[in-house]
Amino acid sequence: MNEIVPTHYYVYLAAVLFGIGTAGVLTRRNLIVIFMSIELMLNAVNLVFVAFARHFQSADGQAIVFLVMIVAAAEAAVGLAIFLSMFRNRETLNADEMNLLNG
Amino acid sequence: MTLPIFALLALLIVVFALGVILARNPVRSALSLVMTLFFLALLYLFLDAHLVGALQIIVYTGAIMVLFLFVIMLLNLQADPEERSAVTTLGTAGTLCAAFVALLVYMVGNTGIAAGPASANFGTIQTVAEALFIRLMLPFEITSVLMLVAIIGAVVLAKRTIQ
Amino acid sequence: MWVEIGIATIKALVVLLTVLPLAGALGWVERKGSALIQDRIGANRAGIPLFGMNITLQGLVNTLMADPLKLLTKEDVTPRGADRFLHALAPVVNLFPALVTFAIVPFGDVLFIGDREINLQIAQLDVGILYVLAMVSLGVYGVVLGGWASNNRWSLLGGIRGSAQMISYEVAMGLSVVAMILTYGTVELQSMTRQQGHLIGGWVPAWGILYQPVAFILFLTAGIAESKRVPFDLPESESELVAGFFTEYSGSKHMLFFMTDFVEIIFVAAMVSTLFFGGWQVPYLFRDGFHFPWGTAIALPNLVVAILELLSFTVKMLFFCWFQIMLRWTLPRFRYDQLMRLGWKGMLPIALANVLVTAVVILLVQGA
Repeated sequence: MNEIVPTHYYVYLAAVLFGIGTAGVLTRRNLIVIFMSIELMLNAVNLVFVAFARHFQSADGQAIVFLVMIVAAAEAAVGLAIFLSMFRNRETLNADEMNLLNG
Repeated sequence: MTLPIFALLALLIVVFALGVILARNPVRSALSLVMTLFFLALLYLFLDAHLVGALQIIVYTGAIMVLFLFVIMLLNLQADPEERSAVTTLGTAGTLCAAFVALLVYMVGNTGIAAGPASANFGTIQTVAEALFIRLMLPFEITSVLMLVAIIGAVVLAKRTIQ
Repeated sequence: MWVEIGIATIKALVVLLTVLPLAGALGWVERKGSALIQDRIGANRAGIPLFGMNITLQGLVNTLMADPLKLLTKEDVTPRGADRFLHALAPVVNLFPALVTFAIVPFGDVLFIGDREINLQIAQLDVGILYVLAMVSLGVYGVVLGGWASNNRWSLLGGIRGSAQMISYEVAMGLSVVAMILTYGTVELQSMTRQQGHLIGGWVPAWGILYQPVAFILFLTAGIAESKRVPFDLPESESELVAGFFTEYSGSKHMLFFMTDFVEIIFVAAMVSTLFFGGWQVPYLFRDGFHFPWGTAIALPNLVVAILELLSFTVKMLFFCWFQIMLRWTLPRFRYDQLMRLGWKGMLPIALANVLVTAVVILLVQGA
């Protein structure tokens, strides 16, 4: 009843999460949903860090997760500010409408 | 006891993550992501990472996702009729997941690596703080500068220019 | 293992059965207290017709029996165009973090039953007070969802204002907690409360407020702002936004929102008394009885000590509940920009300076 969960199960779960996040980035058009899929990918990476920190009994992995969270927070702040400015200009957050840099 | 709990948490995480990319309404997407992050925090607690689990709830679900929901509410975003169909998204997700897992199975294999029992104060605040402030001091300081830059950038970007 | 689960369940039931009726009773205190302050009588008409007379018990029957019955039997309306699922989810999401935070509030020291030592706290987590901060962060979602799911621009405005206010004051609350963590050297609440039993100079109990008066004021203010009580109740202001983010809620959903308000009052009171006023500590009471500094010692059995500590905690908690209710009917409401300015430009620098001064003093006292 008390079998330990092998570490590679966590890595597979993280891989599935990462795949779902990538699919969201590639297929969805709403900018905010794309951004949320990026957050999913970041969390998948966090899960791998925590799983291996537990495996190797090292607290460095957890400290790195802390830093990744800070970077994600900074990215969310700036990204959402950019979205606000884009919405003020274009009245929409559809990724296909942001085509000013197209050739 | 541990394997069924892990299986349940993993299933919930995957279901809500699929909810993020498949939901039409951005508010439902955001709420699915909140649930995903919450169950991920539970998984971290399961992995003896107590501080990281608490921080995941405080920082990710408690601050970042509130920011997302705030922006969605402020801009009053509704479901976009021009979105791609859910089948395409699900198909892409399935292919990519299968590809990643296949790659990992090839590399890591079924070696059955299992973690040993954790020491008594693993994952507590003292251990993580030791790692963060002694060995990872430079990345910590750089991330604080990054945070400051992000705050200033966000304020400048979101301000309405005074005509 | 099952014994431990059973004990934890009993503790959780005890706490729940204390908090929920207390939330109802606080509704009565609010009504009667506000009536006394405003020189009127308050709600006292509804009563039980018995023995040919109307038993009203000074309005207790009205608030505790008639009001819940009314709220439960009212029609449950979901506004047209609103997201039904989110509309139903918001009150639950609002109440859940408020109730769950009581899991780490220590309401006693230890109780020895047989040869088993029971820690009078539902869960002893080693992240301690970070759990409180986490649940307070989750409390924002109730406001966000309630405002969004109502399809009503006043609710939306109340929801936006409420969530911005809550995340602003979370920062000040967190920093005042950091100062307490620095002072006591631990995040664990039971250990903090035990350390407040020491006597300074053999006479004065080392309660938190003696070490951190600034943090006390900051925490109390931030806590009142988090629970959206006056003077910070612009998100639900009765005179401006109809009822703010819970305008469109009727019947039992309204009751859930209201209950959350009172549960959060109890929670802020419990936290303030635990962190700053010694929690369950009675001055000069130790595990084996009273030890007065002038020499008298009264030996007491463990059960009596536990009951005394429980009483002490309850008294302190009730005092702060009463204090917050009095505050509501004494102070005018903050305007929204004043509120945000106070949170970011006033409390945040003071909290940071407090942390700095605390750290410097600790360094000097303990030697570098």
